[in-house]
Parts: sequence; structure tokens; C-alpha cells
Amino acid sequence: MSETGTVRMTERMPSFVRRLDRAVVIAFACIVLLLILGSLYSSSFLSPEYLLQQLKVASFLGVIATGMMLVILLGQIDLSVPWAVSTGAMMACAAAAYGDVGAAFAIPFGILCGVAIGVVNGLGVAYLRIPSMIMTLATNAVAQGAMVVYTGGFSPQDSATGAMRFLATGSMIPGIPNVVIIWALVGAGMVFVLTRTSFGRCVYGIGNRERAAYLSGINTRRIVLIAFAVAGGLSALGGILLAGYASKAAQSMGDAYLLPAIAAVVLGGTSIIGGRGSYLGTIAGVILITLLQSILSVMQMPEAGRQIIYGLVIIVMLLLYGRTATER
Amino acid sequence: MKDWRYWLSAQQGTLTAVAIFAVMFVIYTANHPAGFTANVVQTAANKGVLLAFVAMAQTLVVITAGIDLSVGMILLLTNCLASWIVIGTPLETAMGVIAVLLVGALCGAINGAIVIYGRLQPIVTTIATGAVYFGIALLLRPFPGGSVNEDLADALTGRLFGVIPSSLVTLAGVVLVVWIPYSRSVYGRAAYAAGSSETAAYMSGMPIRRGKFLSYTLGGLIAAVGGLFLTFFTYTGDAALASGNAYTLFSIAAVVLGGVSLFGGKGSAIGAIFGALAFRTIGDLLFVFDFDPIWQPLFQGLILLVAVSMGAIALVRVRNRLEWFL
Repeated sequence: MSETGTVRMTERMPSFVRRLDRAVVIAFACIVLLLILGSLYSSSFLSPEYLLQQLKVASFLGVIATGMMLVILLGQIDLSVPWAVSTGAMMACAAAAYGDVGAAFAIPFGILCGVAIGVVNGLGVAYLRIPSMIMTLATNAVAQGAMVVYTGGFSPQDSATGAMRFLATGSMIPGIPNVVIIWALVGAGMVFVLTRTSFGRCVYGIGNRERAAYLSGINTRRIVLIAFAVAGGLSALGGILLAGYASKAAQSMGDAYLLPAIAAVVLGGTSIIGGRGSYLGTIAGVILITLLQSILSVMQMPEAGRQIIYGLVIIVMLLLYGRTATER
Repeated sequence: MKDWRYWLSAQQGTLTAVAIFAVMFVIYTANHPAGFTANVVQTAANKGVLLAFVAMAQTLVVITAGIDLSVGMILLLTNCLASWIVIGTPLETAMGVIAVLLVGALCGAINGAIVIYGRLQPIVTTIATGAVYFGIALLLRPFPGGSVNEDLADALTGRLFGVIPSSLVTLAGVVLVVWIPYSRSVYGRAAYAAGSSETAAYMSGMPIRRGKFLSYTLGGLIAAVGGLFLTFFTYTGDAALASGNAYTLFSIAAVVLGGVSLFGGKGSAIGAIFGALAFRTIGDLLFVFDFDPIWQPLFQGLILLVAVSMGAIALVRVRNRLEWFL
């Protein structure tokens, strides 16, 4: 009965509201709720400076979560994010040490390293049919090992190039940080690919049922390979931006981005088993996670409390809308 | 086909894991400066047993076609808890041990309840509960410290009759008390069936939910045994995020090496134990060959990559391309 009630209620709403996913609406509602709760604590939470700062911090996660979303839409997962991020950052900084030519190629080289990690993931998952969870864990371990050998176990001494710093901290258009523009470009590209290209439709198709997609004549293995390569490249781009922000790369800089990236995608209503989800939801998820982390740290919540609240929020929100259908 | 052939094909993964471990361990002891002595075996056993417990815990969940990414965090949480309460008179220590085991089982039960009754995907659920468990561990031990009943710790990490490592005896005990009754019970069979095909198991009227719930709970319990042992080795409690994540990662690697299918319904905890021991021995091989320790992470990663790629051999036997897609 409640089911028909909801249907009737949504029918009365304007069409643009009806088209929205329930998960996206709940995620945006939670963002507003967080801001209201924050403003009760301190009025500075509603100031434009604070909000712009949060958008800037969210952009790093946003770029990484974009790649994660593409992979999750396929029904796979990319656990190689931590060291794809670190590898991208370290290799870009390493290239910067080779004079002007190196500095010019630093960013493309870093992204290329991330793409290489993604290609290995994709080959394993698509062609060798290894479960993505274990395949990406293994490439993560190999990337980590390679970086440990490269740096000798210490934080590398090379620093970021001027271009990397400019992208991460400067602002081409006054008032709008460059990272936000980069996230907007990456996001716009992803929305275009997912909704306007056959590649995007194939991604949703494979996520729903790879066997059916294959029988429809889609080269599913190539699509999966490309998706993983793109995800690796975006993780590396995120790492390069982070390195520009901190002006150098660090050993464990990527560790803090794996779980938030998955959480942001899933909180935005993308199904973890694939085939369903919108980029708008991922934007909501990224902002939600960033705001939550920021407000908890402004309230000087100790790390322990932050972890607990963080985990509880994910579970409670998913229990609200992420439940799978019953088996019967 | 004869009975033993069925048995052989059912135990293929486990037997491969045993073989890999045997080869690795022979190479290891043959090149170890001290050779095959009780001391070498004891050290190797103590290092391996910890991962073996975590891998066993992971197996119970993986059999149901789930995954437990919080298993390393349950280990940390029980380690931090044990560093507070497993101390004092024998009675107090015993109560402490029981409390730690119950907390571990509770963590597993929470995972199970959310996955089964809350109908959330195991990956996201255990990532989120893992964050919560780590937070609680950090509340218990913001800084490394604490202590443990050292008599008990030394007894359980030492040697029985001067030869047999008592950690191995404990491991065998857990297998006898938890794994064998579980895998032979109706609920254990239901967990296997649910992992193999949940719909078919449901249609056959098997107690899927209770079977899966029991698997998650026992998984938490065994992870707590691992947490106790971590405390016995180090005498302290330490909530280190990196170490928790590493145990989770290694547990999945050990499970795969041990012939347990990540798609569920196939494999045994015995295989996972040997997978864990083999994985540890591989890491130690570098030391006996005098490699620079800096190469160890890369070497372990490559071994892992090769090990998981071996699963692709089955593709050669695929006759119908549709079997690529599960």
C-alpha cells in the first residue's frame, strides 16, 4: 500500500523532480542537513569562503571518484587506487627532476603510469577473468613494491613542477580554484561519455549483465579494459594534483582516498553490483563525504570518533536506499 | 569414477596449497643458516599462524560468496581489547580471553546481520563496519601500549615438549573445534550451497540465512583468536591502520592461494591455512637468500599477481565463450 502511495505522490511532482533518483535526493538532503547542523555550531560554515574551500578539497576526491564510478558501473571494483595515486604523483615529480623537458612531460608521464596500472588491471579482469577485487589488490601491491624500490623506502626528494602547483593551487578565473575547474571538466567529460556515447551505454549494459551485452555484439572485454585504464589514469591525475597541492609526493598519500572514493560513489546511489547510477549522485557523494570529514575535524573530533561516525553514516544511508531486492 | 577420485577433485585446491607450502618450506629450511631445527620451525609457525587465523576467518565469509574487508580491523580491535583485559590471576585472564572472543564474534555477527537482514552488499558493509571497528580500537589504544598475561603468552607462543610449536597446536585445536563441526553441520552445508547458488539453495529449503549468519559470526570469532595471538606475540595493543589493512589484503591473498573460490561455494579453511603459511614463507624466502629487504614488497606483490593469474588456466578448458561470464 505504501508503494502505491509513493507512486501517486511522485506522479503529482513536476517532471524534473520525478526523474531524480531517490538516492541522489537523499544525498543532497544530507548535505543541506550537514550544513545546517554545522551552522548551528559555527556560522562560518555557511560563509562563501568556507564553501569554496570545501569545493576545492572535494575536487581531489571528485577526480578519483570519477574513475572509481566508471569501474563500479561495470560491476567491478578498483582497489588499486592508493598506489595508482601515489605512483602518479611520484612519477610526475620524478620526471620533474630531469630538467625542462622532464618538467614539460611531468603531468602526461604521471597520468601514463596510472593508465599503465589500469591496463594491467583491465587485462587481468577482462581477458584473464580474474575477480577485480583480487586483481586490483595484486597490482596495488606490485605498484607499492615498485615505488618502495624506487624511493628506497623514504619519501622522495623530488618536488612538484610549477605547472602542477599552478593546477592544484592557482586560479585561472579569479575566485574559482583551478582544481574545481579540472573536476568540472573531468565530470562533464564523464557525463558526456556515460549518457551520449555508445561506450557509455555499453558500460551500463555490461554492468547489468555482461553475458547479455556480449550476445548483443559488444566487445565487452575491450570496454572493461578501457574503463580500467581510464580509472587508473584519473587516479594518477588525482595524485598529481595532490602532489601539486603539497608541492611533493609522499609514500602513503593515496591511502586516504580509497574508501572515501568507494563510499562517495555508493552513497551517490550507484549500485555496487553495477549497471545503475548517475554522475550527479557521485557529485553529491563526494561533497557529502568531504563536508562530513571537514565538519568532524572542525569540531575537533578525535580520529577514533571520526572513523566511527564515518562508518555509521555510510551504513545508515545505505540502509535507507541501498538495499538489494529479496531473494524470492 | 571411484570415490577417491571425487574426493581428489573436491580437494584439488587444498592439496595444491599444501604442495605449494611444502615446496616453499623445504626451500626455506634448506637454505636457512640454522637448517631444520625446532627454533626455526617455531619462529616460522608463530609468524604464519597469525595470518592463518585471519585467512580462516576470511574463508568462512568467502564460502558464502561474500567478502570481509573488516577482518583486519576485527584483529586490531580484539588485539587492543586483549591488551587491557587479558591479564591478572588465571581466572581473570580466562574471563578476559572469553570476553575478547565474544567481542570478535559480535563484530562478525554485526557484519552478518547487516549483510543478510539489511540486504547490503558485503564489500561496502564491511568497509564501513571496518571503519567503525578501527575507530573503537583507536579509542581503546590511542597510543601503542598495554600488557598481557605473560605466562599465558609464553606458553602459547613457545614449544610443547620442547619440539612442537604450541601455536600450531592451537591452530589445529581451532580447526577441530570450529571448522570441522561447522563444515559438517547443516548450517555449514547451507553456507556452501548459498555461496554456490543462492537461488537453488533457497528452492531446496536450506537454512541459508542462518547458515550465512553463522559463517560471519564464526569468522569474527576466529579473527578474535588471531587478535589474541597478536597480543601474545607483541605483549601490547596497537591500533595501526596500515597493519589492519595489510592483514585484510594478505587474508584475501592467502584464501586465493589456498584454493578457495572468491565466487563462493568452493574451498576449505584447511586450504586457506596452508595458503597463509605458504604466503608467509614466500616473504621469508627473501631473507634466507640475502635480498635487500627493500625488494620484499615488490616480490610479494609479483608472487601474488602470478598466483591470482594462475586462476586463468581454467580459461583454456572453456569450450563455450559464454562461460567467461559468471
